Amino acid sequence: MSNARAKSMRTPLGRVRNLGAAHSGTGDFWRQRITAVAMTLLIVPVVVVVIMLLGRNQAGAAQILGSIPIAVIMLLFVIASCWHMKIGMQVVIEDYVHNEPLKLVAIMANNFFAVTVALASIYALIKLSTGV
Amino acid sequence: MAEFALPKNSQITGGKTWPKPAGATEVREFKVYRWNPDDGKNPSVDTYYVDVNDCGPMVLDGLIWIKNHIDPSLTFRRSCREGVCGSCAMNIDGQNTLACTRSMHDVKDGAVKINPLPHQPVVKDLVPDLTNFYAQYASIEPWLKTTSPTPQKEWRQSHEDREKLDGLYECILCACCSTSCPSYWWNSERYLGPAALLQATRWVKDSRDEATGERLDNLEDPFRLYRCHTIMNCAKACPKGLNPAEAIAELKLKLVERQI
Repeated sequence: MSNARAKSMRTPLGRVRNLGAAHSGTGDFWRQRITAVAMTLLIVPVVVVVIMLLGRNQAGAAQILGSIPIAVIMLLFVIASCWHMKIGMQVVIEDYVHNEPLKLVAIMANNFFAVTVALASIYALIKLSTGV
Repeated sequence: MAEFALPKNSQITGGKTWPKPAGATEVREFKVYRWNPDDGKNPSVDTYYVDVNDCGPMVLDGLIWIKNHIDPSLTFRRSCREGVCGSCAMNIDGQNTLACTRSMHDVKDGAVKINPLPHQPVVKDLVPDLTNFYAQYASIEPWLKTTSPTPQKEWRQSHEDREKLDGLYECILCACCSTSCPSYWWNSERYLGPAALLQATRWVKDSRDEATGERLDNLEDPFRLYRCHTIMNCAKACPKGLNPAEAIAELKLKLVERQI
């Protein structure tokens, strides 16, 4: 039992009701499933593309990624995996980090990290596939 | 952070080994968690030897035998002794279950190890403080809610709709499931836990209830409901063979269903 619970004179029901329901969470739950299904479908073509890219120089990679279907597959995979990573990490933070300020900072950092990784990957893919 | 170690005053130290009963031809070793709020000491695990030829086959029979013949100070809850009331829920050989329906002979290898339900404040010995658990049950408002005028006789329900409550209404609120759930251990103040959510499903699925949307509104929360990660310890622990994880999945499905 936490100290807060031990010291509070609030009724047990008052503590359980607390601030009420957030009326959210279903969006993240659903998006986590969508991105999981998307990654399941995309993982085989992505692995094939990665195998094709093995041992090639930048020009060779640019040639393969210049194909629109391949570039789209890679972009979709980056978006799905970064989104999934962001939601999954947030769940882990909410599970284990109970210090409220630290939790807010961690969730913020998680968002920044996921967006940065996604944008950097998308930028690199577009740059390679368009040859700009 | 979540607490992964017991606080210093909850760490188990030592324990007394009580003498074997005189004249017993066959004994079973019981290792039982002991804690007395009045003596200021840390919890301990006492060792008892039960004369199996002088007591019933269940773990609860063994505990009652210990209380009657060896140590009257041993404290535990029990009532119906047949798996109906849910009072004697405790952790036996690492598994939350009812002491009255778990045979001591099913516990293999050495001593029968008995602890209170995990991660709950202890009142004394094997008695956990379930105040929060009961408040969570109250918070899902487990009664029929209607707006339509009350009928002359009963609220009617088809056989098919009644069957939808099978696997839900049988819950005896023993707390074996909730206290076996790691999500509940880390977030029991905000996550309602499998037992309360199974009961919530029971009322969400009741065809006679007219507050389904309101009930779902009160559950739609990242902590109240979505801390369930389908770990399935609840279904493994349930002494009534119910599946709270499946009931929670049905709640999530209904919440998605009303959005898309």
